[in-house]
Order: sequence, then C-alpha cells, then structure tokens
Amino acid sequence: MQSEQNREGFLCSLPVLALLAAIFVAPLLVIFGFSVMPGKTFSLLQAPTLENFATIVNQTYYQSLLWSLGLSFATVVILLILCYPLAFAMAKVFGVFANVITVLVVLTLFVSENIRLFGWVLVLMKGGLLSGGLNAWFGFQMDSLLYDVPAIVFGMVYVYLPFMLFPLVLGIAMVPEELRQAASDLGASRWTVMREIDLPLALPGILVGSMLTFVLCAGAMAESKLLGGQKVIVMADEIETAFTYGQNWPLGSALSVVLIVLIGFVAYFVLRRVDLDQILGKV
Amino acid sequence: MVIDVTRRQRIAFYLYAVIAMLFLYMPIIAVTLASFSKKRYFSFPISSYTTGWYAKSFDDLTIADLLWTSLSIALAVMAVCVIIGFFGALAYARYNWRGRRAFQRFLLLPIFFPQSVLGLALLLWFNFLGIIPTWHTAIVAHLVWIAPIATLVMAIQAYSFDPALEEAARDLGANSWQVMREVTLPLIMPGVVSAGLFSFLLSWGNFPLSLFTTGADLTLPEWLYAKMVSGYSPLVPAVGAMTVLGVTVLLAVALAVMWTFRRARSS
Repeated sequence: MQSEQNREGFLCSLPVLALLAAIFVAPLLVIFGFSVMPGKTFSLLQAPTLENFATIVNQTYYQSLLWSLGLSFATVVILLILCYPLAFAMAKVFGVFANVITVLVVLTLFVSENIRLFGWVLVLMKGGLLSGGLNAWFGFQMDSLLYDVPAIVFGMVYVYLPFMLFPLVLGIAMVPEELRQAASDLGASRWTVMREIDLPLALPGILVGSMLTFVLCAGAMAESKLLGGQKVIVMADEIETAFTYGQNWPLGSALSVVLIVLIGFVAYFVLRRVDLDQILGKV
Repeated sequence: MVIDVTRRQRIAFYLYAVIAMLFLYMPIIAVTLASFSKKRYFSFPISSYTTGWYAKSFDDLTIADLLWTSLSIALAVMAVCVIIGFFGALAYARYNWRGRRAFQRFLLLPIFFPQSVLGLALLLWFNFLGIIPTWHTAIVAHLVWIAPIATLVMAIQAYSFDPALEEAARDLGANSWQVMREVTLPLIMPGVVSAGLFSFLLSWGNFPLSLFTTGADLTLPEWLYAKMVSGYSPLVPAVGAMTVLGVTVLLAVALAVMWTFRRARSS
C-alpha cells in the first residue's frame, strides 16, 4: 500500500518537476555559470573568475543591496502592523463577511501591478486626486508626495499587502478559541492573550507572510521606478541595467546570484520551521 | 470560528476593513477617473469629461495587436497550468509519498523568486539554447511562476478529498482511468476552475516576466509600462481601465457559471 502511494505520488509530481527543471533550475544554473565568467562576455566557455563579485564589493553596488534590504525590512514591519488587525478580524470576527474581503483583495491582484502603481501616481502627484482635491475643496496647498523614499515604501506596502494578509489570516485561524477563552477566564488581559497565545500560535503564518513580503520586496523594481522616480537605485534595477544598457551579462548574473543566495537563505530559514500541510488546511 | 466582541470593537473592525478596501481600490478608481478626463495631462478636479480616449484606443491597431498577444499567452498558460498542476496537486496533497515534503518546498521556490531575475535568467537560457524570444517564449516564462501557483490552488481543494472514495470505486471494479475521470476529477473540479481562472488572470496582468522574454512582441502590461515611463499619455488610463473592466467581466461570468453549476448539482 505504501509503495503504491510512493509510486503514484512520484508519477503525479513528474510533469511539474520536469517543467521546473527545464525552465527554473536550468536557467538558474546558466546564471550561476555566467556569474563566474570574465566581464562583458556572452559565452560560457571561458576560464572561471571571481572578478564580478570583486566589482560588486569595490564599486557602489552594495549600496543598492542595502537600500533593497532596508526598504524591504521597513515594508515588512509596516505591513505586519497594518495587516494584523484586519487578519484577526477576518479569522475571528467577520464570519461570512471575511469571504467578501478575500474576494475583494484577490480581485485587485488580477489588475496589473503597473496599472495600480500608475493609479497611485495619479493620486499622489501635484494636481492629482489628493493635492488637487484638497486645494479645490479646502484651499489647502500641498506638494507632490512622489519621487522619494517614503513613496517607494508606500508603493511596496500597497502592492504586497495581500501577500502578508492571507498568510496572517491562515495563521491566526490556527489559534484554538478554547485556549484564548481559557486564558482570559484565568484573568489574562487582552494584551496578555495576544502576546502569550495569539502571537506564538499564529507564528507560522506570521513567518510565512513576513518572508514572502520580504523576498518579493527585495526583488521589486516597479515601485522605485514609477513612484520613487529613481531617487534610489534598488538591486533589481542594477541587475536590469547591467543586462540591458551595460551589456554586461556576467556582472548582472553575479548581482542576481547575490540576491538569489540572500533570498534562498531567508526562505530556507523560514520554511524549515513551518509545516505547510498545517497552514494549507490539512485536517 | 467567530468570537464574541463588544459592539464597539465590532464596529471598529468593520470600519478598519472598509478603509483597507478603499486603500486597495483607490488607484483603480483614480485610473478610471483619469480615463474620462478630456485634458491631455490629467489634473484633479476634472474640468471636462470625454469618452474620446476609449474610442481612440479602439481604433488603435497596435492596441488590438497587444490585446491579441496578451490573450494568446494567457490562454496557453492557462491550458498548460491546469493540466500539469492537476497532477502536481495530487502529488502535493493526495498521496503520502516519500519525497512529498521536499516536493512541497521545491514547488514554493519559484513563487518566492524575484520575477525580474527569473525573466532575465530565462533570457540567458533561451540565448544559450539558440531560441529567439517571441511571445511564445513568454508563455514558457509565465509558466515558471504560474504553474506552481495553479498547483497550490488545486492542492487546497485536494486536501479536502477523502481517499476512501477512490478506493471504493476501485473495489467496485473501476480501472485507474475510470477512477480519475469519475471520482478524482469531479471532486477537485472547483479547484481546477479556480486554478484556471488564476492562471489566466495572473498571466494576463504579468509584467516582470514578460519584460525580458517577449523579444520584439509586446504584451499589454509592457506597452502600458513603456508609455508610463516615457511620459503621460491619455491612452494609458483608458486602456488600463479597459483591462480592469475585462477582468471584472470575466470574473463575474466565472462566478455566475460556478454558482449555477453548484445549484444544478445540489438540486
């Protein structure tokens, strides 16, 4: 019986595994290969070298990396604070209304990220919905809120909100109600219940949501381009420039490898502690 | 499970949810408003309204072309994702096999990956293989990210699946193919429909994966992005609003079909 399960499970996993081997693993190997080629070559058949990584350290590329990490960290913290009350309400208070919220949030995901960010440009620019409206109705003058670091964080908070919200909802839903009830019967205040029961038991959801948003932000580019006006150059930007204008595939590959290793490290660290069956609703 | 909260807390939670939804829909509202503004450069409050930009987009041959490209890619991605993801979901949730936990984690990797890096990696890979990128290669690029998502969506459905039903069918003399067609597929069907819908829509709106992998062809999101960074064009909000409308109509139809399907089955 178990051997049959092994065989059928393996057979069913084959198509998607074959697909990902051909279009996910293989391209990554090519990137790793190019990252150790001498600069500005387009062939994989040279003697390997570490000069691209030296370039990253010696030139200002590490600044972009720090910007990317800093912006991602800020976004994750803001998202945790903003999403927790909503996620709590969706898991514990709203009942059927939570489904309405879920559908509304998923709907926005299907509208291209570009269009939504462009919408924020229309809201936040000088003479846009916000400043134009305030000026026309209240006579309040204000400048454009765009093209600075807060605008980039704002854009990332907006775009990646669903990726924090849904894992949090799943995590909080895993907290058994009897336990919360028992704690408050024994005299725990609302804050104590949250600190001692909700947060530790919802931790898998919190971890997955934080990791997901962190990783997505670290590789994000559109927010800084459309809302940030290239005030800061983020990592994904540097990678794109190296590949396109720079025509330096090995350097771009080396930058990608740095990003990939970093993300892989975060993902491994988090996924090791999380049981996916439990989160996705296996009973 | 719903808990008891005071009336005040309940109101606060609902209010917070409404504000959050306003926040999520604000840019979409802004794009729609801007698409009706007559001025070449948008400013608010809008002084005069027009539907002219829509008429202009309809007449534009490039936009018809873009639509066709985006649609072809999305349909192809949907077809492949549903078929491959169906088996993937069974491996993910239904069978208790030896490599399952490793398989589950591996499948999540592409989803967590920065899409722009994935797109560039594929560009190098195509170059290595001697393939010239066109919209066909963009289908492949979308699959990297969307096939795992489709698998997950169907896996959630497959979790609620009772393996005893398959065994019962087999005991009653059904062969593997009959079990698959008569038992497994109908039970996972709602997941298959949502996964198909997800695949189509995520491909339709995708920009970072298309950017490096469509070669000389352009998809709608790519065109919109190019117009956005090169300066304002009044066609951008109009075309943007139309894609939003398209998505809404498609979802409404899908929901209606699913609803009638469920009603027909329960009665």
